[in-house]
Amino acid sequence: MTHLDVQDVTVRFGGVTAVNEATISADGGQVTALIGPNGAGKTTLFNVITGLQRPTAGRVLLDGNDITHTPTHRRARHGIARTFQRLEAFGSLTVEENIRVAADAIRSKNAKPARVTRDLIRKIGLERYAQARADAVPTGVARLVELARALAIDPTLLLLDEPSSGLSEAETEAFGDLLRDLAGQGRAVLIVEHDMPLIMRVSDRIHVLDRGILIASGTPAEVQADPTVRKAYLGEDEAPSSEPTLVMPAVEAIGEDEAEENPPALPESTGQEAEGWF
Amino acid sequence: MNLFLTYTVLGFVIGASYAIAASGLVLTYATTRIFNVAHGATAMVMAFVYWELAYNQGLSNWLSVLLVVFVVAPLFGALLERWVIRRVADAGVGVTLVVTCAVLVGLIGAAEKIWPPGVHSVTMFFAGHGVHLGKVHVSGNDLLTIGLAVAVGAVLYGLLTFTRTGVAMRAAVDDKELLALHGGRPHRMAALAWALGSALAALAGILLVSARQSELNYISLTLLVVNAYAAAMAGRLTSLPRTFIGALVLGLLNAYASGYLWTSNAWTGFREAIPAIFLLLMLVLMPQAQLRVGRLSGIAGVRTPELRRIAIASAALVLAVVIGNAVLSAVNVNRMALGLCFAILALSLVPLTGFSGYVSLAQFTFFGVGALTVAKTHSSAPTAVFLGAVLAAVAGILVALPSLRLQGLYLALSTIAFAQIMDYMVFQNPSLGGFGGSLKTKRLDLFGYRFTSDKAYALLAAAVFCVVGALVIGLRKGRYGRILIALRDSPAACATLGLNPRLARVAVFAGSAAIAGLGGGLYAGLQNQVGSSNFQFFNSLPLLLIVVCAGVTSVSGALLGGMLLMALNSYPDMQPYLFLILAAAAVGLGKQPNGITGWLFELREHPVAGRLGLGSAGTARSIAASAAVKAPVKSSVAVGENAEAEA
Repeated sequence: MTHLDVQDVTVRFGGVTAVNEATISADGGQVTALIGPNGAGKTTLFNVITGLQRPTAGRVLLDGNDITHTPTHRRARHGIARTFQRLEAFGSLTVEENIRVAADAIRSKNAKPARVTRDLIRKIGLERYAQARADAVPTGVARLVELARALAIDPTLLLLDEPSSGLSEAETEAFGDLLRDLAGQGRAVLIVEHDMPLIMRVSDRIHVLDRGILIASGTPAEVQADPTVRKAYLGEDEAPSSEPTLVMPAVEAIGEDEAEENPPALPESTGQEAEGWF
Repeated sequence: MNLFLTYTVLGFVIGASYAIAASGLVLTYATTRIFNVAHGATAMVMAFVYWELAYNQGLSNWLSVLLVVFVVAPLFGALLERWVIRRVADAGVGVTLVVTCAVLVGLIGAAEKIWPPGVHSVTMFFAGHGVHLGKVHVSGNDLLTIGLAVAVGAVLYGLLTFTRTGVAMRAAVDDKELLALHGGRPHRMAALAWALGSALAALAGILLVSARQSELNYISLTLLVVNAYAAAMAGRLTSLPRTFIGALVLGLLNAYASGYLWTSNAWTGFREAIPAIFLLLMLVLMPQAQLRVGRLSGIAGVRTPELRRIAIASAALVLAVVIGNAVLSAVNVNRMALGLCFAILALSLVPLTGFSGYVSLAQFTFFGVGALTVAKTHSSAPTAVFLGAVLAAVAGILVALPSLRLQGLYLALSTIAFAQIMDYMVFQNPSLGGFGGSLKTKRLDLFGYRFTSDKAYALLAAAVFCVVGALVIGLRKGRYGRILIALRDSPAACATLGLNPRLARVAVFAGSAAIAGLGGGLYAGLQNQVGSSNFQFFNSLPLLLIVVCAGVTSVSGALLGGMLLMALNSYPDMQPYLFLILAAAAVGLGKQPNGITGWLFELREHPVAGRLGLGSAGTARSIAASAAVKAPVKSSVAVGENAEAEA
């Protein structure tokens, strides 16, 4: 069944409309991707789903219950967890402590926090960094710390905001398997990502946002064939001018079927993206 | 009707001087995002300089005013910006508050040194002149004050809105680098803003003392301008028109309160507290701040010691006290015990400021609640001390609840408001029977043993410090300590993990206040008598300064801080040296947020600096150093308030 329903959500920052009547959903057991050029409103939508941003209009439903006005920490207890595009690891704590904070937070479940932490460190492959401070590990590792931390609360809905940026090719490969694995456990995984080969490989469904408007939804094949999507990405009608280079490799990935064999090298960092800073 | 008119005029005059002071505060904050706690102290010192020129050196009043407002004060402001403010401009709210606190304490110390207590009074401007509004006489001095406020408002508004310089000043706060790229000079703009702010403080200070015709006083003048904080908050520290309206409302409230409120003692306290209540109200009415995202920040804490080390350190402290008892004079044994009571107070800042990153300027108030409880119960039973701690915890909850939505600076200001309100309305309240003056207290009686001698009391205080210190370390190692630090690093991420940030904040304020209250209860017993003057909000400024400089993240830092605070109080001769040490440590906070103890720990762990760099606790830090190179994104995302420890 549909786990998350975002219905007609609009977010305005002053005069700027970051998200305009977007409707998306995510199902349990599936990987759902949210893609779009920089500034499309993807992170803003994540903030709305987690309650960090109040929508100007629209509703957010979890299993049919309206959670639009539920505080962030209660949503987490209802099973929503996320990672952040701009890192939000606890810099003063070690990697292990980062995960432990989350494991402690959800105490009602029977698992022992220390054990949950240990298992996640092994599962995500963070053994090497367990005792390092989180503000001292490489960016890619810090993203994995955020993932492990989010998993520690055993979420039913996992939101991942550009989790693969900063990972090497081999690590991205393993990461894709991990995503499938997480969906296989019955979780709904909603992922914002610029790495198109990864998205095409792991997603069951894709939503495409452009300048706050949902322009397409469907399976990877449907989205790739959609003329509106191609237009938005190719920028035939004045594409967003910000960092076009970031978008172009993705276009190739969508446009050419051999993308799988020849993954384009994406620039690593998108830390300067303007979302959330209007 | 005449009476009403009289008070209305008075309100306008008070409001006008608040407006001048507050606009200086707004100007410096709006251009550099640094809140100048020392604004009132600047006004005080400049009023003294004015006195010196006009009454001691015999220059004419007008020439002296011009010299102070247009030469001395701007020069002071610009130099302060150049040598102090610029160095901490990018540090977090905690560091900038501590540094401006240091300036405040330094200014008061300097004023006391240069102008030793004595008769310093000034007369009104235009004495004997004035106009009549109906039957109400408005003095020339009053007219001058109102006129100057209007002029200041007009000039500042014009400057910021219509001139290139003004626009550049406002641009400086948004993006210094960008302004520099476009040919602006952000540093010059900041220096200009501080020069102007300091001149406005001077003008307000001179007008306030000449209107009152009273003795110049170091503290009361410094605190009087604190009232301007309230007006500045009405403009949310950025809007000049709102600040002027706020100042006017506050002035009128003050005037009507002194005219129409009952004159009984209890209401006197309320009247005095009006600016603080106004400030608290303005803060509580602040719009809801959204949880900020977009930063990865951390503060390098010190290593948390193992149980064995805690035991050894505790034994060493008790042994030191035993030796101290044997070799020190009676007076110095008493001071040692006092230092240990202050150390317990300092310990209350470790979970609150050290772990959680909240800046509180109400710790002496909690300390006072503990002392007041022991004094009022007039009991020697340990239950009195315990009750004091519980009541202090309640006070802590009272601070935390209305300010739940506030962050950083605004939270710190709300603790100032709370401390002022407590001081005027509770501590000095005559119906509490003499706490405004002094109350006798009894020494503690524990299991039939009475701690009558100072030596026994010193040992008791040391033992209590060790126990509470161990509890604080235990807290840091446990679940709750991790949550506090996680909340400091990223409240947004905590919320997405299901942690309720508000609950944790209330709890840490309550716990911290309880520790302070416990220290206060012990302090009351030690002193044999206590009064409200020992617990004024003002004392919390040097406390915060000293403890943060000594090392607010560790129990050892709290011990050092307590001893330094005692030394500052008990050995006036040492003050200049102490200030030197503190100034050095304060400026070093950007590099070593763990203060003096942080430097000492590093020395101990790296006796041969860097060569053996893989010592157990050094590992994290050396990884940090090497990874800083590997993670270039980090510096660009560290835009949060707590980013002071960025490598």
